[in-house]
Amino acid sequence: MRLTGAEITIQCLQEEGVEYVFGYPGGAVLYIYDALFNQDKVKHILVRHEQAALHAADAYARATGRPGVALVTSGPGVTNAVTGIATAYMDSIPMVVITGQVPTPAIGLDAFQEVDTVGITRPCVKHNFLVKNVEDLAATIKKAFYVASSGRPGPVLVDIPKDISQHVAEFSYPKSVSLRSYAPVTKGHSGQIKKAVQMLMEARRPMIYAGGGVILGDAAPALTKLVKQLGFPCTNTLMGLGAFPGTDPQFVGMLGMHGTYEANLAMQHCDVLLAVGARFDDRVIGNPQHFYSEGRRIIHVDIDPSSISKRVRVDVPIVGNINDVLDEMQKIVDATTARPEPAALKAWWNQIGQWRERDCLRYDRASAIIKPQFVVEKLYEVTGGDAIITSDVGQHQMWAAQYYKFDKPRRWLNSGGLGTMGFGLPAAMGAQLAHPDATVACVTGEASIQMCIQELSTCKQYHLPVKIINLNNRYLGMVRQWQQILHGNRYSESYMDALPDFVRLAESYGHVGVRVESPADVEPALREAFALKDRVVFMDFLTDQTENVFPMVKAGQGLTEMLLGAEDL
Amino acid sequence: MRHILSLLLENESGALSRVAGLFSARGYNIESLTVAPTEDPTLSRMTVVTSGSEEVIEQITKQLNKLIDVVKVFDLQEGRHIERELMLVKVRAEGKDREELKRTADIFRGRIIDVTDRTYTIELTGPRDKLDAFLEAIDRGLILETVRTGASGIGRGEWILRI
Repeated sequence: MRLTGAEITIQCLQEEGVEYVFGYPGGAVLYIYDALFNQDKVKHILVRHEQAALHAADAYARATGRPGVALVTSGPGVTNAVTGIATAYMDSIPMVVITGQVPTPAIGLDAFQEVDTVGITRPCVKHNFLVKNVEDLAATIKKAFYVASSGRPGPVLVDIPKDISQHVAEFSYPKSVSLRSYAPVTKGHSGQIKKAVQMLMEARRPMIYAGGGVILGDAAPALTKLVKQLGFPCTNTLMGLGAFPGTDPQFVGMLGMHGTYEANLAMQHCDVLLAVGARFDDRVIGNPQHFYSEGRRIIHVDIDPSSISKRVRVDVPIVGNINDVLDEMQKIVDATTARPEPAALKAWWNQIGQWRERDCLRYDRASAIIKPQFVVEKLYEVTGGDAIITSDVGQHQMWAAQYYKFDKPRRWLNSGGLGTMGFGLPAAMGAQLAHPDATVACVTGEASIQMCIQELSTCKQYHLPVKIINLNNRYLGMVRQWQQILHGNRYSESYMDALPDFVRLAESYGHVGVRVESPADVEPALREAFALKDRVVFMDFLTDQTENVFPMVKAGQGLTEMLLGAEDL
Repeated sequence: MRHILSLLLENESGALSRVAGLFSARGYNIESLTVAPTEDPTLSRMTVVTSGSEEVIEQITKQLNKLIDVVKVFDLQEGRHIERELMLVKVRAEGKDREELKRTADIFRGRIIDVTDRTYTIELTGPRDKLDAFLEAIDRGLILETVRTGASGIGRGEWILRI
């Protein structure tokens, strides 16, 4: 079958079973859009800005585990997409990004809408390709899907010059792909796994620390089973929320900069730490020297060898597919009668119980002004804890992470690594398309939402009834918090002046807008909004302007050096 | 500590910049970097001379291995190896300096490959130290130009880096 490059591109997407492509047309991709027009297997979602295309595709991948696909034109299409590509890269999200390029004879001549796409995106993709011959196109797209979704996942970009999309070649989609320079590890080292289990059984103060890798590796059930059987405390990172059930008594909360008191203290004072699909980053363990000051043995399971011993030296490194490694651990645990000493474990839980009594997530529930934490708690109740929650970046993100209890993986979608404001709304679109029957809510702030607010239009066009929970404190809240705590109350440029009337703004896009100003109205408003199953509802909650996120570990400080409330300031 | 990393990578456009970009993005040192195709035209052999603590070198090796275009990475420091660098140096060679420079070049087993009334161009190969020593041995004021390739390295004996 002889096809044009554009037709080959779309055929490849069909072969990969791609349901949705998120994109925006332009000169260099016109042939590809033409090929898209002539079929109906692959559906295209027209966003209003390329950044949103990337975030929506990314969230589709986070919600389903299947690679997200985005399609943008050359030049500004690509540069607008870069934020979304980097967001996916930092959180290891499988994605295939197809970009148009100027025709090959024009490359390097500063042609109209030309950028060095492969050069610009190189540091924020797992890999990228410039297709110089239409004969290579199908094999390249096959490789892109394979590389994106195997090993440690990540975005892969395929840059297709306009003339290549016009040229004709015989099409056959490769059945398999092998790259001599790329062979991701799958099975962990059995000897190391045995050693790890033995170490866990000898522990007197064990701790399990699970990150986004557990979710990406579909290993939440395996992790949960093992943790339940061992009876150990478990914490999840911001990216790992849902890897172990948030309502389980063994869950000690999220850890890190805004982690719970009990999670951070247990991290610091445990004697054996099992880290699974997590990478000890600066927001999680704070100052590594301080973390070292307490001796503990560390087992680290990760699919990426470069994540191991990067910030923290580990005693038992295990490189492998997390699900397989956990399964193997489970088999050894099942086969042995060795168990940690019950008295020691009991004493450890007693200690954790005392830490829990600090009730570090307490806040003024009787406040006459709406507390943002209260909105998230009510959101949790009203949605029965069963919604897909997306967020933007800042205080609202931390409150959502702290107060919404995620019992299942792929329900909490946020930009943890790059910290991209503007992620939430397009992410909600991607999640809603992935799960049309699910309740999807975007917890955001009045600053973040304005970074991709144009997507209210996309929601309208495709009938994506996402609910927007705008925690509106009229400040860049997290910036304001840092300025208060670290910069002597000098609120430099952190006040959001001249805000739009969000209710009327939502209405102008054809949605429902609601403003909520008193605590008593929070729950009824949420109930009413979530009852409107087929509408976008923009809920603008006017919250306490000066509320801070606690606990807080200041950047560069140790994990146990937490501020627990206003009294610590 | 100084390490010589030997890499096999796909001989594709962009592979070099992936390696160079990795070093600059992650703040690793590069003392020198050489690359050229091998007897198999689809593969390039690269030698990178870098420095850092054992932890840093371990990270560099892991990060290089992560690049899709990199087929193999080996730290030559882990075994016995040979390091060679080529230097071309143009010197002012007049009067009594002419004889002296010739003699010094001979001592270092260098070859004079271009001669004018007023200059010599000397070719010298060897490990970095030897080339440094040569530059120190001659009158610095006579040096007009130096061109160095950076080190190329290979393991000794039966140790072979190939796919």
